[in-house]
Amino acid sequence: MDGGSGIMLSELRTMWEVLKHTFTKAETVQYPEEMPYLSPRYRGRIVLTRDPDGEERCVACNLCAAVCPVDCIALQKETRADGTWYPEFFRINFSRCIMCGMCEEACPTYAIQLTPDFEMCEYDRQNMVYEKENLLINGVGKYPDYNFYRVSGMQTATKDKGEAKNEAAPIDPKSLLP
Amino acid sequence: MSELIPVLLALIILIGGVIVAAVLTWFERRLLGVWQDRYGPNRLGPLGIGQVLADMIKLLFKDDWVPPFADKVVFIFAPTAIVVAMMMGFAVVPFAPGMMIIDVNIGLLFFLGMTSLAVYSVLLGGLASNNKYALLGGLRSAAQMVSYEVFMGLSLMGVVMMSGSFSLVAIVEAQTDLWFCFSQILGLIVFVIAGIAESHRLPFDLPEAEHELTAGFHTEYGGMKFAMFMLGEYLGLMLISCMIVTLFFGGWHGPALIGHWLPPLFWFGFKVFFVICFFVLLRAAIPRPRYDQLMSLGWKVMLPITLINLVITGAVLLWMEGAG
Repeated sequence: MDGGSGIMLSELRTMWEVLKHTFTKAETVQYPEEMPYLSPRYRGRIVLTRDPDGEERCVACNLCAAVCPVDCIALQKETRADGTWYPEFFRINFSRCIMCGMCEEACPTYAIQLTPDFEMCEYDRQNMVYEKENLLINGVGKYPDYNFYRVSGMQTATKDKGEAKNEAAPIDPKSLLP
Repeated sequence: MSELIPVLLALIILIGGVIVAAVLTWFERRLLGVWQDRYGPNRLGPLGIGQVLADMIKLLFKDDWVPPFADKVVFIFAPTAIVVAMMMGFAVVPFAPGMMIIDVNIGLLFFLGMTSLAVYSVLLGGLASNNKYALLGGLRSAAQMVSYEVFMGLSLMGVVMMSGSFSLVAIVEAQTDLWFCFSQILGLIVFVIAGIAESHRLPFDLPEAEHELTAGFHTEYGGMKFAMFMLGEYLGLMLISCMIVTLFFGGWHGPALIGHWLPPLFWFGFKVFFVICFFVLLRAAIPRPRYDQLMSLGWKVMLPITLINLVITGAVLLWMEGAG
């Protein structure tokens, strides 16, 4: 027992430090009665957002499903009459989802977003599988003004080439010939 | 009528001991919560005291299982031994003047004997389980308790010298003017540390040491047999606290000036409550020592302190005798 008195002193000091906690408040948040603060960037339940015009933002590019580390996203591409893409079905299995947020980072159209909500317990495991109608919300989420088809150069029924936001008029390459 | 009082008291202690031990499980968790900045069990009933009932129901309805590889008779006997031994120890505790089951002139030795018997419970439980963790826990507890018993007994000899009796009532009455916690401070320190080791509470719970021995000697125990071990542990905690109060903090005597305002039983309970809180504080604050540290603390620090205390106490008593 080298430095035995030092050890004893440190034990007594420890006891004093612990005793002082008699007068400190508990850190616990009494959850069901008292809600914990969730920051706006909290990674919780996943939603599919709509653009400002009320159309689905998702273009079924499959990047979210490809990047998902637990393969919990499944979707199928379908083409509308005007040539735009949309998912025929979009399915997230939340019993697999780890809320990592990589799908949100991968999404080129800000369609898939994570929300500060974690209260999604179910008694039946089947109910953890969310279909598109469960995921789709009537809002724009974190990016209120963004509309993919208005900024992308793609031609749709309502807009021609060169009519997108900040897009220059298309150049006829043949006119550049000498 | 006067013969009935000890019988009644024995019944009260039997039932009350079990109830208080059950409430202590909840109280300890709440108090640990306070010191660790959390709440502990607070959902069931007022302040969460219903947790006691819930735990009891859970333990009662568990399968009363004996492992096929265990030594059945000893396996079942082991948990009862600690409860019986600890309950017997309460027989000599003087709660208030006249409020004790029996006043024997060797009360102190009886108490030491009963706490020593409790070792058998842990030892046999560990041996009968036929499991390496249980065996290691049993081995440790045997070594730990046998070593700490040595200076647990010796640390009390100063008290015995000063009061001139092994009777607990005589010891309490000898503290009317000055509690022994002042004159026998070294004895008190050693007795408290040995008491923790004896009731194998944290930080000296090496027989269980859950991070290295899963649960030590009661690894194979479940249901009510496990509850018996826990009951025994909490009874041991209560018994050691009662003895600390009796031997060093004046038993039923109140503090000098305000002592007569309240009944002796209140002062006894009040002091025991504080000692139990102190034991819980030890659990909250101090990490478990290594096994060899425990042994070297015992033999290299505690034993010399005890012997020094004995020599000083004897010398002072002889000097005062010569002077007076």
